[in-house]
Amino acid sequence: MKKTYEVDVDCANCAQKMEDAANTVEGVKKASVSFMTLKMKVEFEEGYEPENVMPEVLKACQKVESDCSIKL
Amino acid sequence: MTNKQRQTLYRILATAILLVVLVILERSTNWNPFVFRILFLVPYLLIGHDILHKAWKGILNKQVFDENFLMSIATIGAMLLGETVEGVAVMWFYQIGELFQSIAVGKSRKNIAALMDIRPDYANRLFEDGHFESVDPDEIEIGTLILIQPGEKIPIDGIVVEGSSTIDTAALTGEGKPQYATVGDTVISGCVNQDGLLKVKTTKQFEDSTVAKVLDLVENSSMKKAKAENFITKFARYYTPIVCYSALALAIIPPLVSLLLKTDPKWSQWIIRALTFLVISCPCALVVSIPLSFFGGIGGASKKGILVKGSNYLEALADAKTLVLDKTGTLTKGVFKVTEIQPTKNHTKEEVLEVAAIAESYSNHPVAKSLKEAYGKELQRELVEEEKEIAGQGIQATINGKEVLVGNEKLMEANQIAYQKENHVGTIVYVARDKEYLGSIFINDVIKENAKDALVEIQHAGIQKTIMLSGDNESIAKDVATKVGIHEYHAGLLPADKVEHMERILSEKEKNEIVCFVGDGINDAPVLSRADVGIAMGALGSDAAIEAADIVLMDDDLGKIPMAIRIAKKCLRIVKENVVFAIGVKVACLILSAFGIANMWWAIFADVGVMVLAVLNATRTMINLQ
Repeated sequence: MKKTYEVDVDCANCAQKMEDAANTVEGVKKASVSFMTLKMKVEFEEGYEPENVMPEVLKACQKVESDCSIKL
Repeated sequence: MTNKQRQTLYRILATAILLVVLVILERSTNWNPFVFRILFLVPYLLIGHDILHKAWKGILNKQVFDENFLMSIATIGAMLLGETVEGVAVMWFYQIGELFQSIAVGKSRKNIAALMDIRPDYANRLFEDGHFESVDPDEIEIGTLILIQPGEKIPIDGIVVEGSSTIDTAALTGEGKPQYATVGDTVISGCVNQDGLLKVKTTKQFEDSTVAKVLDLVENSSMKKAKAENFITKFARYYTPIVCYSALALAIIPPLVSLLLKTDPKWSQWIIRALTFLVISCPCALVVSIPLSFFGGIGGASKKGILVKGSNYLEALADAKTLVLDKTGTLTKGVFKVTEIQPTKNHTKEEVLEVAAIAESYSNHPVAKSLKEAYGKELQRELVEEEKEIAGQGIQATINGKEVLVGNEKLMEANQIAYQKENHVGTIVYVARDKEYLGSIFINDVIKENAKDALVEIQHAGIQKTIMLSGDNESIAKDVATKVGIHEYHAGLLPADKVEHMERILSEKEKNEIVCFVGDGINDAPVLSRADVGIAMGALGSDAAIEAADIVLMDDDLGKIPMAIRIAKKCLRIVKENVVFAIGVKVACLILSAFGIANMWWAIFADVGVMVLAVLNATRTMINLQ
C-alpha cells in the first residue's frame, strides 16, 4: 500500500534526512520525501497498517530533524 | 511570506540594528573590550540560537556534520578569537541566505501550483427535476448526471448527453485551440467549459479521472530523483566530514610544524584560517539549487502540456541520442480514410463496404473506424453471430450464417481465398464472404502536417538517429519514412515484434546511450515501458499510456518532442552551471583561505553569495522557452 503525506521541513538536506530516517522504520518498504512539493510518499510492507507505522516514522524523523512535521 | 519567514526577517533586522549600535559604541567609547564581547553575544544569540540548537541536536543524534554544525563551530571559534563582529556577521548573512532560499523555493512551489491549478473544487450533481447541488467531486458515482456551466472546470470525465460547447483544453495540453463538444462526445476533466451549458454523464470516479491522474503524476514527479540529485546527496555526505577534518588539520598542523622549527606557532591566525575554510565549505548552494532546477524544469514543461514523471527522465531525455517512433498516431494522424473501393464484377461498392463495416462493427481498430465512418449508416450489429480478431491479419466473423473475412493478404492466403492482389501504397482491406472474394477497399492514413519539420527540429535538439516501427506493410512504411525523413524503419511488425525490436536497439547501443520511444499508447504500452524514456503522445484520456510512459504529451503535437528535449537540456545545463560555479568558487576560496588571502568576508560571499546566485540561476528553468 502506498500513501502520500504532507510534510513541513526547512531545507533540502533536512528532507533527505527525514527520508533516510523514515526508511529505517519497521513496516516501511520505501519512503521518499520531496522537498519541493513538501510531500512524503510511503510504501508500506505487507501486513502493516499505516496508522501504526506513521507515528513511528514521525518519531524517527523528529529525532534527526527536530522541527519537521508530518500531517497524519 | 510565511510566519516563520517573517520571524526570521525581524530577527535579521533587529540583529542589524544591534550590530550597528554596538560597533558605533565600540568605536566611540573606551569601555573594557571584554564588556563588548559579552554585549555582542546578544545579537549573536538572537540571530543564531536556532542554528546552535540544531547543531547541538545533530551532535546528540550522532549526525554531527551538517551546515548547522559548520556555521556554529566557525562563528563560535571566530568570537572566541576576538573576531566578534565577523562571527555575528557570518551568522547574520547565513540567515539572510536561508531566508532568501526559503522564499525562492516557496515562490517556485506557488508558481508550479498555479501552473497546475486544474483541480476542480466541486461538481454540480443534477437531479431529475432539473435543480442541482454543488458537491465534492469525490462524492460523484459513475453514471451520475452532472451539470457544467459556462466558465466552469469539467470536474470528472464523462460523455455529453445534452448541450454543446467549446472546451478549452489549454490547462492540460498547453494548446490554445479550443475543441468543440456535443452530444455523444467524451469530455475530459481539467478542461474548461467555455460557452455552452453541458449535461454530462460521468464515466469515471473522480480519482480515476484525467485531472486526478495528471495531478498525481506531477505531484509525485520530484520523488524520482535524478542522478545529479543523488550525486549531491552522496557528495554532501562525504564532503562535509572531509572539509571538517581538513579544517582541523589546517588549524593544528602548521602551528605544530612551526613549534618544531622553533618559530612562533601563530595559533590564532591558523585557527581563524581554518574557521574561514569551514564557512566557505558549506554545501548549501548545491543542495538547494539542484533539486530546485529540476523542479522548475518539470513545472515549466507541464505548463506546455509535457508531463515528466521524474527528474531522472528529464536528465535522461537531455542525453538522448536515439529516438524510436511508432508510425500510426505518432507520425501520422491515425485517422484512416477510405479512399477507394474496388468490387469484383458481380458486386457493388456499397455491398463490399457494408459487409466489411458490419464485420468490423465490434472492433476499435483505426481501420474498423474508417470503414464504419465511410459506411455512414446505422450498423446492423445483430447480424454478427461470431467475431474474432486475428492479430496482424484482420477479422473473421460469421454474419447471417456466412463466414466473412475482412483483412490483409495474409488473411486471404491463410484461408485460401482466390483474391486479386492490389498494388497500392496504403492499407488494403480485402473482403471475402463464404470463400468468395468480393473486392478490396483502400484506406490511407494522413501524415501529420508538422511531422517533417518536427523531425528536423528533433535532430537540431541533439537526436542523432531516428527509427520508425510500423505494423503496416513495407510500402506504406517506406512511403511515410521517406516523406518525413526517418533514418531507419521496420515494417510489418506485430505489437510483440515492436518490443523485440526495442530490445535489440537497447542491446546494440553503447552503455550510456539513451533510447527514447514515442508512441500513442495504443498497442505499444509494453514498448513505452521498455525504452529508457517512454514518451506517450495524445495521451489525453488514455489511461494505459499515462501509466506506461515516463513522459506524457497531453496532445498529439510532434513539435512537443523537440520542445521537451530543449527544456530538458536547458535544465541540465543550468544544473551543470551551478555545480561547476559553486564547486569552482568554493575550491578557489578554500585554497585562498588556507594561504590566508581570503578572510571571513570572502568566506561569507563564497557561502551565501554563491548560494543566492545558484538559486537565482535555478529559477531560470521555470522561465518558459519560446
